[in-house]
Amino acid sequence: MNPRDDILDRVRRRLGRNADNAKPADTQIDAWLATHPEGPRPAVRGDLADLFCEKSRKLSSSIDTVATLAEVPAATARYLASLHLGTRAVCWPQLADLPWGEAGLTIEPRAALDADLVGITGSFCAVAETGTLALLSGPDTPAGVSLLPETHIAVVKASRIVAGMEEAWHLMRAERGALPRAVNFISGPSRTGDIEQTIVLGAHGPYRVHIIVVSGA
Amino acid sequence: MEIRSMRFKANASAKLADAGLQRNLRKAKGKFVDTRAVAIKEIDDFEGTRRAARDLRDRVLKDLDLWLERFETQATARGATVLWARDGAEICRHVVDIARRHGVKKATKSKSMLSEEAGLNQALAAAGVEPVETDLGEYILQINDNEPPSHIIAPVMHKNVEQVADLFAKTHHKPRKTDIPQLTREAREVLRSHFLTADMGISGGNFLVAETGSVALVTNEGNGRMVTTLPKVHVVITGIEKVIPTLEDLSLLMRLLPRSATGQSISNYFSVLTGVKQPDESDGPEHLYFVLVDNGRADVVGSEYHEMLRCIRCGACMNHCPVYQSIGGHAYGWVYPGPMGSILTPLYAGIENAVDLPNAATLCGQCSAVCPVLIPLPELMRKLREEQVERKLRPLAERLALKAWAWVANRPALYALGTWFAVRYLKWLAGGGDRIRVLAAAPEWTAGRDFPAPQGKTFRELYRQRQP
Ligand code: SF4
Repeated sequence: MNPRDDILDRVRRRLGRNADNAKPADTQIDAWLATHPEGPRPAVRGDLADLFCEKSRKLSSSIDTVATLAEVPAATARYLASLHLGTRAVCWPQLADLPWGEAGLTIEPRAALDADLVGITGSFCAVAETGTLALLSGPDTPAGVSLLPETHIAVVKASRIVAGMEEAWHLMRAERGALPRAVNFISGPSRTGDIEQTIVLGAHGPYRVHIIVVSGA
Repeated sequence: MEIRSMRFKANASAKLADAGLQRNLRKAKGKFVDTRAVAIKEIDDFEGTRRAARDLRDRVLKDLDLWLERFETQATARGATVLWARDGAEICRHVVDIARRHGVKKATKSKSMLSEEAGLNQALAAAGVEPVETDLGEYILQINDNEPPSHIIAPVMHKNVEQVADLFAKTHHKPRKTDIPQLTREAREVLRSHFLTADMGISGGNFLVAETGSVALVTNEGNGRMVTTLPKVHVVITGIEKVIPTLEDLSLLMRLLPRSATGQSISNYFSVLTGVKQPDESDGPEHLYFVLVDNGRADVVGSEYHEMLRCIRCGACMNHCPVYQSIGGHAYGWVYPGPMGSILTPLYAGIENAVDLPNAATLCGQCSAVCPVLIPLPELMRKLREEQVERKLRPLAERLALKAWAWVANRPALYALGTWFAVRYLKWLAGGGDRIRVLAAAPEWTAGRDFPAPQGKTFRELYRQRQP
């Protein structure tokens, strides 16, 4: 017997599967998938944007808030200058139209390469409960931009900050239907504790994550 | 991986006598315990959440065949290929075949315990494919001549920074450094070039989502993202028990997994990966394979040990285990150490190949008290012990001794006489002290600890004295 049928057959035998009980079980499964019930959830209190910022800081991300999307390039330039990180970066093609040049930045809208030091992304939404960014992969939102560069700058619209991961799934179902190739939840800079449980930031991914919250978007 | 669990007693004694290891273990002890205790307070109804997670896992496992078929259908619809492996040899064969098909020279790996079960690195190397472990801990083990991990979350828990510094200096031919951030930076640079040049990425899978045909991957370092974003082929190797129904169920389990594992509210990277790269996308793998592995799991389904299949591999049970804290992970002799390993090893590798493991516990209950999916670990160990006795796998002397004890215990007068002598003899042995250093009848037992001396009277005598 091929491995698939052998394994499934043994599982079926151990579960006492037969035609009679397969049908009701399948119906239950359909119902579960259709309703996708939630488990117990911790209460998320107060303003979602405030909570998101507080949790993000706890994860070692830094936070800036601006009123409009048009202010994002200036905020980016301020941040890069404060850490002497230069004026060049790659960004998601989705963000290509922001007035980067006016802020004195040279920004290339494309997928990231190893040599890129700063990557700028947007976000699909963000989760207040844990201070987590949700990024979806796509032609205009290449996944490597939040991964390969040493510095990751993420733009989050305040209206897209949701309470929990469950709301992120609701939004994806409602707006996209199917999941994209990669849903990346990012919670602060890359880290490791493998040597003597000592936490070091910047294991393989970014050393620093800077989040720009756009309060009016 | 070779199973060395039959040498548990010898291994454990050697580990207890290893002063360096004992220093490293003492340093690590309690860190994850403390951070977990803080992190679970963030969840209002932690007990309710654990019960929900238990029920969720149980409901899936009771229809596992159907859930696996659902997963297979969804994953295939999104362009993935689903393969099945009965054992380690079949895992290796699948992965080597895939590597050949796509002309793979180098494979980067994100932690996969299944690949340890299978000894996949050796098989890849033999087929001319260079495997590179990319989790920092796993990488350190690989450059130390493929040393096995000692913890499922922190694989080099048993090493200190000096040992890592020596290994790096020897392997990277760079000046020796002992600063942990600098060592991490050095590994980052070495591994970055591997990420960029690998043709295949191999990962485990924390969960498989039936609703969408996705794999969920949790890492802190970001290596999981690298190996699933950059190479043109991605192979997921995971156990058949890892399937869960929906994305909501994933959210529930993700509230428990990082908190129980490292005491983080959430891991830095949590990716849900579905299907292959789209024609207009610039990154992501062109080919995605799932290798769904049995290796002993199918036979546990519906058995008296079925609760073990709920395990989400968080490591909390070993972090809280007094035996693990004393001897570390290597003494357990296979991939999974600590309480979960004491059950998984005999179940997956054969009860007769791991006779000591279910006995390597004091049954103190700490493990089940912290397990996020409420696995009754001590109870399962007790069942394994019973099965050992029934299958006559315990040493003859032990079986005879138990028989003799049962015979005496069934005769109250004889039992009273026996204990009357025993407590007096032991008191005399203690020579007025309150502990006995060496017990001739059980020298092994007193090699690592003292035997508390009785006070000279049996319980029954004391009880009688107290009657008015
Ligand atoms: S048995 Fe429970 S505590 Fe141990 S690793 Fe599995 S889920 Fe975690």
